[in-house]
Amino acid sequence: MIEAIPTPFIVIFVGLLAVMAFVGLNAVVLVYLERKIAGFIHRRPGPYEVGPPCFPHGILQPVADGLKLVGKQIFTPKGADSFLYWLAPMISIAPAIVCFIVIPFGPHLQVINTNVGLILILAFTGINVLALCLAGWASQNKYGLIGAARDISQGVAYEIPLLLVVLSIVFMTGTFNLFDIADGQGAWPWQWYIVYQPLAFILFFICALAETNRNPFDLPEAESELTAGFHTEYSGMAFACFFLAEYAYMVVAACIMAILFLGGFQGPGAPGIWWFLAKIYVLLLIMIWIRWTFPRVRFDQLLNICWKWLIPLAVLNLLITLAVIAL
Amino acid sequence: MIVKSLSETLSGMWSLLVGMRVTAGNFKSPQITVHYPRQVTNLDGYRGHIELVPSDEDPTKSKCIACSNCVRICPGACISLKASKPKKKAAAEKKDAPGTETETQPEGKKEAPPKKAKPELQSFVLDYNYCCLCGLCVESCPSGALRYSSDVYVAGFTRQEFVYDLLSRLQYQAQKKEQ
Repeated sequence: MIEAIPTPFIVIFVGLLAVMAFVGLNAVVLVYLERKIAGFIHRRPGPYEVGPPCFPHGILQPVADGLKLVGKQIFTPKGADSFLYWLAPMISIAPAIVCFIVIPFGPHLQVINTNVGLILILAFTGINVLALCLAGWASQNKYGLIGAARDISQGVAYEIPLLLVVLSIVFMTGTFNLFDIADGQGAWPWQWYIVYQPLAFILFFICALAETNRNPFDLPEAESELTAGFHTEYSGMAFACFFLAEYAYMVVAACIMAILFLGGFQGPGAPGIWWFLAKIYVLLLIMIWIRWTFPRVRFDQLLNICWKWLIPLAVLNLLITLAVIAL
Repeated sequence: MIVKSLSETLSGMWSLLVGMRVTAGNFKSPQITVHYPRQVTNLDGYRGHIELVPSDEDPTKSKCIACSNCVRICPGACISLKASKPKKKAAAEKKDAPGTETETQPEGKKEAPPKKAKPELQSFVLDYNYCCLCGLCVESCPSGALRYSSDVYVAGFTRQEFVYDLLSRLQYQAQKKEQ
């Protein structure tokens, strides 16, 4: 029976399972870190009470949060388009999981090594914009609708500098294969592409914050203005899907940054998944740090940053890269 | 024009870094949260119900000289105390023997020439139901035998639970401290 199934399918199936576990585990860790760091920055302990004494410092808080979300009632608001309404969270989470399939976690740890890995990730992360748009549109709620509108204009605007920045790296390496890009960099920090492309790294980081709807660019779900933006009406596991997807996209963004600019799994000593995880977690911690430092930008400011600064700078960066390569 | 907007942008980006340094500093500095039920830090100035101050020699005994100043001054009449004289002291026998009534020794200092026997406190009962926390008893006590307790956990189902026998409370606390 099992022999009848072609090996690639088994690989993909097992890989998907592992990736789902990775996404879930990351979400748990990140939720805990997020709340703890928020607490520490506010000079309070963060989650502290959940769990018996053998689990100090509220380490079971994410579990409790997850159980709460599973246990809550999910319902469709009156007048909502129920098909699109329930489709949206699935469209949001599913591509996020697919993105991890092409990411090289270590020299021998990658589900599929494909030549179009980078394009695949860029394409699949783009679907999230559609999901949030559907969610906001289908939930028959003014806050949801405004959140969706904001998300689209933000997502479309920030996709451009992101792609331009990625393009400059691709021109440098001549490949879309993530494994080759990571493998082309050396073990030591001065051999990484961040040294050749520091501006590109900063631009990519800013765009990644905007694309993942993180502070200071979390306008689609701006709590103080839009209640919760596009997911205002969602509860229970439907909300959890959006939540999980947000953290998954954060991790994807950190993974791409680590691969494109920070040498991926390369590192002093032996290359491996430990270097990769260390790098993405440093990046994620910086993202969380930024979230609890800066206030949200206004919407015109958000678009001005993109169209007046990021896109010209990204074009400039691309042109300089091309000139250097041509010489 | 361009120079101005460029310098504004650069100073803006610098301010972002300054902001991140501020939050990092807060991250590292100690927390100011008090983990309340496990940790209580703000009871120093708390004025709970009154309690007896243990005497310096014997922690199970009170500093009270049974003068009854507190009983007289209390606007809610919530304090009642009983005192007795130790019988061995001969000097005290001039006046009546029973010595159990509360107002045996009003203002001991005036009437008390050298070898007067000290009355001993037998019971000190506070009916907290009628206490208005005015603190006159603490202020009027000549021997400093009363103070505010830091007992914040006062809750009960009946009025009887708020009638405190402060002398036995003092003895109980002294025993507990020994253990």
